[in-house]
Amino acid sequence: MRSRWRFITPVVTLGLLLAACSGGNNAGSPPAGSGGASLQGQKVTVIGTWSGDEQTAFLKMVKPWEDQTGATVAYTGTRDINTILTTGVASGVLPDLAGLPGPGQMAEYAQQQALQPLDDVLDLNTYTSETSPGLVKLGQVNGKTYGVFIKAAIKGLIWYSPKLHDYSSSPPATWTDLLSQGKANQGNAKSLWCLGIESGAASGWPATDIVEELVLHSAGPEVYTSWYTGKTKWSDPAIKQAFTTYYNDIVQNAYGGGTTAVSTNFANAGDPLFKSPPGCEFFDQASFITGLGGFKAKKAGTDYNFFPFPSINDQYKTAVEGAGDLFGMFHATDAAKSLMKYLVTAQAQDIWVKIGGALSANKNATDYPDDISKRSAELLAQAQSFVFDASDNMPADMNSAFWTAMVDLTRGKKTVDQVLSDLDKVQATAYQTS
Amino acid sequence: MDPRLITAIIVVVGVPGVLVGYIWGTEQLLRIFPERAKPRIRPWLWLAPAFAFLGLFLVYPTIGTIIRSFFSRFELNQKFIGFDNYIWFFTSSDALNALKNNLLWLVFLTLFTVALGLLVATLVDRVRYESAAKSVIFLPLAISMVAASVIWYFMYAYKTPGEQQIGTLNGALGVAGVGPVPWIQTDTLSLNTFMLIIIMTWMWTGFGMVIISAALKGINPELLEAARVDGATEWQVFRGIVFPLLVPTLAVVSTTMVITALKTFDIVYTLTNGQFGTQVVANLMIHEMFTGFGDFGKASALAVILLLAIVPIMGFNIRQFRAQEAVR
Repeated sequence: MRSRWRFITPVVTLGLLLAACSGGNNAGSPPAGSGGASLQGQKVTVIGTWSGDEQTAFLKMVKPWEDQTGATVAYTGTRDINTILTTGVASGVLPDLAGLPGPGQMAEYAQQQALQPLDDVLDLNTYTSETSPGLVKLGQVNGKTYGVFIKAAIKGLIWYSPKLHDYSSSPPATWTDLLSQGKANQGNAKSLWCLGIESGAASGWPATDIVEELVLHSAGPEVYTSWYTGKTKWSDPAIKQAFTTYYNDIVQNAYGGGTTAVSTNFANAGDPLFKSPPGCEFFDQASFITGLGGFKAKKAGTDYNFFPFPSINDQYKTAVEGAGDLFGMFHATDAAKSLMKYLVTAQAQDIWVKIGGALSANKNATDYPDDISKRSAELLAQAQSFVFDASDNMPADMNSAFWTAMVDLTRGKKTVDQVLSDLDKVQATAYQTS
Repeated sequence: MDPRLITAIIVVVGVPGVLVGYIWGTEQLLRIFPERAKPRIRPWLWLAPAFAFLGLFLVYPTIGTIIRSFFSRFELNQKFIGFDNYIWFFTSSDALNALKNNLLWLVFLTLFTVALGLLVATLVDRVRYESAAKSVIFLPLAISMVAASVIWYFMYAYKTPGEQQIGTLNGALGVAGVGPVPWIQTDTLSLNTFMLIIIMTWMWTGFGMVIISAALKGINPELLEAARVDGATEWQVFRGIVFPLLVPTLAVVSTTMVITALKTFDIVYTLTNGQFGTQVVANLMIHEMFTGFGDFGKASALAVILLLAIVPIMGFNIRQFRAQEAVR
């Protein structure tokens, strides 16, 4: 037995080595001819975070481009995009196009010259006229465009079931109204809020969204920005207020309490809305929830509806927090350029939004399947001040500490003051760049 | 032609070709040496590829990691910071918690797998359906760690009291009239870490069992017969003869399990990513590398600490293994 292994091991090792080498050759896709050349038979490698339904929707979206050009898209979905791109940038083995974790990482990759500028790739005039200025700006580094939002979401929508109480004619105007009207109309619902922040390795993020919305609406976009850029401390009263509101008003009134919240996946967290008797009355989540969990099987408008995040400080009531899937280009091949150009067009985006669960950053994409998606798309297009998800804008160290802090706060392991002092400590080093 | 087909042909034809070519080449080379020197040179030439591979893929990265662990976080602007990364490890509460959890893994994973492996191997040793029973217990080892984690995620699933419990454990508790327990989220007395250790135990008991069982078969039955003829009870036979003879095997299994415990990563990463107080050193290392823009300094220090912890155990393992081979 032992002697046989002695022979097999080097064979296997060498085989793997050869396989790895030949794989490496493929990855460095050869440059195509001049601009006008046919793309017939070319391949564009794409890595993104979509799987399941979202992946199907993406492939549907690129199908017309494939048919037209004769090129193909090789898509790989992963939940570990951070790891793949970090190692990819270090080793040089990168896909042609990839979803980027956030504007922070995009800027880093652009400065390392791993990402290719898109200014000559896109029809910039059309792109900027069709896209909300806030989103265009987030894709830029030093005045050059490196990332485009090929999918957007609006955060801080409060979902409810019209069957319990219909808020569509008079949604609560302020946070205080929300709490008092909620109590008054609770009926047989078991609690005020549904909350679920489990999300595998990224557990905690849904709670960071809620805290961000509270900061945005109480302290405004300026404090919000100075907070995620590391200039405002976590223990600052403005930030602390948001944490306290989250804990006192939401966690304390949540269905099943903090224990349920930390062990329930965000996608299914809103399902108790549809139970009889309902588990809760309100559920705070981004626009994309309509494509997930129990929402998918329910009817928009009759089974669920939403109202925008209520005002806390009237000055900031039109501020909107959004997020989206940034896309960048690592290899400027002709096929990759052509695909990139296609993806941001209204024609492509219409296919994407029609399937549901996605908003488009492109204002001319209007093929939304229902009124609810249409309304959230309008909110996005009309927002007077638009901010990007703060945690996604923070350095990843800070972001992941924020997630953990929300998990520990929600399950009652730590107090607001404890998590804020932890976060201040991380903030002290997370923003250093050299 | 499909590039994968070309790769396959290269591997199937090319690899043996290269190997045969190498051996032929060494023989050609040996011709220039005098006849007497050949036996002394030949083994080294045959070993050379292995040394080259080991050097390139093991020794070089190890040395690189050790050096990197003395430098600061930023790849492009590395500063020599001496032992700061190690000082961080022994003063940060996160890292110490990871160390504590690794110790729990080390002690209890080893204990559980060796004890259960020994128990099963002994119990099924002389029954008719021995191979069937052993196959069933060995089976989980063939499952990938991530898949096993997902399976157990459903075993441990927790729903709000009053709702239908989809998790097997909480479903069973519900039948018994006890409220559901959030197994993965409760870190009182490190409950969740133990729940994760149970997953690994489920997977690795089969490994211990197979090796111990093989050792049991190797015990001379005449010894046992002699003891029985002398009037020893089955328990006395086990305590006095079987167990002492199994000790070297148990040592080998234990050290293997200790190393497995120290390297624990997949299950923790999949189920909690170190949250809820379940952090382990290997997961912390990945965390340092891939969150932020990568603190490869701290990650390297963690790798070195794991290496230093594993090397003596591995050395012991090899010595035990050799001793056992010598007995045979």
